[in-house]
Amino acid sequence: MKRDTSYAAVMARKNEIMKASMGIDYDEFVHSPIAFDYEGMMRRASFPLDEIIRIQRETKVGDTPLFELKRLTAAVRHTSEPGKGARIFVKDEAANASGSFKARRASVALFEAMRKGYKGVCAATSGNYGAAVASQAAQRGLKAIILQEVFDSRGIGQPEIVEKGRACEAYGAEVLKLSVGPELFYNLLLTLEDTGFFNASLYTPFGIAGVETLGTEIVSQVRQLCGRDPDVVIATHAGGGNVTGTARGLIKAGAKNTRMVACSVDLSGLHMASDRDFNRKSFTTGHTGFGIPFATWPDRVDVPRNAARSLRYMDEYHLVTQGEVFYVTELLTKMEGLERGPAGNTSLTSAVALAREMPEDAIIVVQETEYTGAGKHHNSQLDFARKNGIEVRFGDPKDNKPGERIVIPQHLEQIRGRPQLLENLRTSYIKSAAKAYDIAKWDDYDKNFVAEDMKVSRDWLNSKLDSF
Amino acid sequence: MAKVSHGTWVEIESVVLTPSERAPQIPDDTRATPYMLKVSGFLESDALLGEDVAIKTLIGRTLKGKLITVNPSYTHSFGSTVEELLRIGTEETQQ
Repeated sequence: MKRDTSYAAVMARKNEIMKASMGIDYDEFVHSPIAFDYEGMMRRASFPLDEIIRIQRETKVGDTPLFELKRLTAAVRHTSEPGKGARIFVKDEAANASGSFKARRASVALFEAMRKGYKGVCAATSGNYGAAVASQAAQRGLKAIILQEVFDSRGIGQPEIVEKGRACEAYGAEVLKLSVGPELFYNLLLTLEDTGFFNASLYTPFGIAGVETLGTEIVSQVRQLCGRDPDVVIATHAGGGNVTGTARGLIKAGAKNTRMVACSVDLSGLHMASDRDFNRKSFTTGHTGFGIPFATWPDRVDVPRNAARSLRYMDEYHLVTQGEVFYVTELLTKMEGLERGPAGNTSLTSAVALAREMPEDAIIVVQETEYTGAGKHHNSQLDFARKNGIEVRFGDPKDNKPGERIVIPQHLEQIRGRPQLLENLRTSYIKSAAKAYDIAKWDDYDKNFVAEDMKVSRDWLNSKLDSF
Repeated sequence: MAKVSHGTWVEIESVVLTPSERAPQIPDDTRATPYMLKVSGFLESDALLGEDVAIKTLIGRTLKGKLITVNPSYTHSFGSTVEELLRIGTEETQQ
């Protein structure tokens, strides 16, 4: 009998395909359509921290340097009130095999695939995760297929994603290059069915556990250098794994008073599934097009229950503009002698704004950098934007308009992060949860889960639910 | 048209979903276009550009599609110089 490959038929087979491609039975953790035993899943479907460290050391992942950005800090103090201007540190994650923190996630996924006897892995990603999976697969002797959303209907590829595809092929992966659309997931399911490969999803318990080492390393390095815990750790936020894994690592290392700040590039107004808008974005990840929907409803991914749950961990959420990130990327290069990719510098931009408001002895850690090169460079992105009809000019970042105008600041004091109200994200989360499962049916377990998942008390949730 | 030889590194293209077969939730501009796939590999037998062919990918999978490019290459670059970037950092670095 011929397999039905229509969109609806393949999506209907989602659960069985997932089960076969991951070897995790999510049913044993599930309580209701919204609630599940999160910590139980993280414990039983993953590995202990010391085992993760061992896995990562085998494949050139982790133990990356932490640098203090002294000249940038001095420049920020120059634009701050006296006594203000926190010390800024950066974790140079570009030093991981394949050049980004995503190697931490991929390393554990590939170990798991190998342990379970799969011949290869598939991953649907247009980000650094593709190269990370391909690099880890190469080291484990497994095959890798990377599915990328890379070109629009004119056949024009986003240079940053084109470069990521090149890197995947360089590491020996097969790269399926797809046009714009959410059917990437449909295609992933078909490919998993065709190959019987492992689904190296970004959102598995072991993928997230792989990022926990980033949090624990930061705490031990800052303690060694400064004799105490960092006040703030900032992570670029898209799908939620970076924030979740890092924050879990901070907690495991006992840094109880460290604030976890999430940060995204503001791309409001651009539709993520639009063929026209696709090449009007100068950031392909770390932006609000992922950051907000994934924070307000994590279970929209390629696994039955998402292990990346950012609202559970973030203390603050800040937005920055594309122009601000390009400016700070240039400063990191010229003042600190570190040429790194712009997407990884999203959180550095937020750090500049936060440092200005904090005392001089406070410690802020920017928890990643990424590699740079042709395509993945702020000059490539700005030139590409211009060629796609986007205005690029100097000015005040508040005049920035995603998809129309990129305004590059001229002075450091123009870098101003914009803190968002977490209450709005939490309200939106409750609405999504109510859509997935009628509030009238929520029992105590559901309510406790939702409260924990949004980092609020039961009282806060109860009063909020009264207004629904 | 010149024949492309068996074993050449090529790129193929195929329509994964026609506009009417696409996901229900996509915006209109995207719905107007087919969902397309491109993939590179080694050509399995001699063919002409535009013909339906089979390729063997880097991991040894056989895939089929229309032959569109011979020796597909990466030509992405650092772009034309964006002069504004050159002017950044001069003030701060002179402190």
